[in-house]
Amino acid sequence: MLTLTCPYCGIRACETELSPGYEAHLKRFGPTSTDEEFEVYMFARKNPKGVHFERWRHTYGCGKWFLAARCTATLEVFGTYPAQVSQPPADIIAAIIKKRPDWKGYA
Amino acid sequence: MSNPAPASALNGAAFTGYANIREIGPLGMITLRAAPDVAGLAAAITAATGCAIPQMRDIETAGDRRAAWMSPDEYLLIMPHADVPAALDAIAKALSGQHHLALDVSDARAVFAIDGMAQSVLAKLSPTDFAALGPKEMRRTRLAQVPAAFWVEGAPATVICFRSVAQYVFDLLSHAAKEGTQI
Ligand SMILES: [Zn+2]
Repeated sequence: MLTLTCPYCGIRACETELSPGYEAHLKRFGPTSTDEEFEVYMFARKNPKGVHFERWRHTYGCGKWFLAARCTATLEVFGTYPAQVSQPPADIIAAIIKKRPDWKGYA
Repeated sequence: MSNPAPASALNGAAFTGYANIREIGPLGMITLRAAPDVAGLAAAITAATGCAIPQMRDIETAGDRRAAWMSPDEYLLIMPHADVPAALDAIAKALSGQHHLALDVSDARAVFAIDGMAQSVLAKLSPTDFAALGPKEMRRTRLAQVPAAFWVEGAPATVICFRSVAQYVFDLLSHAAKEGTQI
């Protein structure tokens, strides 16, 4: 059972109150992009074993989309943060490095 | 043609168990959406309900009116059904020229009162951490498979859900409140 704190309403929500939105921080390629760019945007995912960034929606609560950093192998949660950013904020990165010193970083 | 009198979803259905479930309403409800920094927002909420602007997750009460925090840019205002038009006028006046949305959603919801051991009933149906519940919190969550919200402040506790699932929620609450199943 995953428990994520919604950064918009502060509820410690269990995953049954949330909806998954899959990988976070994707760069969108739209109608004017090349086929290769669009394919990568649609289908290519990091799918790491370890540190991962995801979108979640507090569906059965305030309704907002937020982002979460967690470990896909242990389900450990490093932190959650508002969705209005294009890459993980510094405090989230620091929290990850503290617990996973050999993490290669977000790229 | 005249408008029919407003009717609640289940005509006041009631169940007697170790807690008593009763459908109440129809209540007047207004959804108010505005960014928190919109000028006049607090005044609009007070003009419509008499309540102070609710802080995160709180529900404020003034007599038979309430104002609940729904999300960082959404409030739910609750009042007697007949008072909705006047409340909408008051909001429009207070937020004139400001970007906002105020809508009568009274007919979108059903409301239940739980008299008795409300926490025992709700804890069977929702993943709420009751120990973490604030003194005047309105908890938005799910009851089994549908979205709902409740506040337990005062007695009885109150549950709101969408009208389309009123029967489902009434049946859930009644089943959870059956005599002999207290937790
Ligand atoms: Zn939330």
